[in-house]
Amino acid sequence: MTLLITVFAAVIVTAIWYFRKNDEMQLLTLCFLYWGASIMWLVDAVFEYIGDGAAFFSPALEDMLNDTYLGLSVVALGLVIWIVKLLITDPKGSVRMALRKG
Amino acid sequence: MACFLVPAAEAVVVKAVEKMVKKSEAEAVLSADGNEEKEIKIPFSRKLNWLSNMLIGGVILLLFEHIWHGEVVPWFPFLTAMSSPSETAAMLLEMSTAGVCMAVLVTVVWAVMCFAADSIVNRKNRKSLVKGVEE
Repeated sequence: MTLLITVFAAVIVTAIWYFRKNDEMQLLTLCFLYWGASIMWLVDAVFEYIGDGAAFFSPALEDMLNDTYLGLSVVALGLVIWIVKLLITDPKGSVRMALRKG
Repeated sequence: MACFLVPAAEAVVVKAVEKMVKKSEAEAVLSADGNEEKEIKIPFSRKLNWLSNMLIGGVILLLFEHIWHGEVVPWFPFLTAMSSPSETAAMLLEMSTAGVCMAVLVTVVWAVMCFAADSIVNRKNRKSLVKGVEE
């Protein structure tokens, strides 16, 4: 479930990045973040499948809920990392302007 | 257990190489006389930046997952698998299998991505050349 949620997040962010004219929002950072994690969890899933066999595809409800919660938390953490990086690098100069005004 | 440590080690090496390549590329641009015909190419440092971003991003999110599962703790020795020799052996086995596979797969995906990116840039270069000749 964590893998699935991260892959969905990666695909959505990549599509948004593709349809934007420029990368002022630094969405590429978020794309790499989610794709990197997705690839690593894919390997994890393959090893789990090798170990558990078909049981890998029928997890217990409690495990699935926990994994969903983890997946959503991972997506949230990725978004937090991205927004912090965006505010620090400040490509549009908005933070600098707001601070000067204050 | 600690499979993310292998891609983490690769990320450190890639980041260091990226910094060196970026420096040498900047020096090469400064030493160029400017008369050479410019070919649009993706700098290698930029490609290395993609790889390091993928590795660092994946490692951060996997570290979070390991903290979630209680496999990484904020006190020494930081990995719960280090508490007994049998668990340490299992951890090392996982690092040498899953960890190495993670690092290899990310690098392979990156290599394919670089190849695709070069093809796309070359295709655009060719198109603009043909347009220039026709005009």
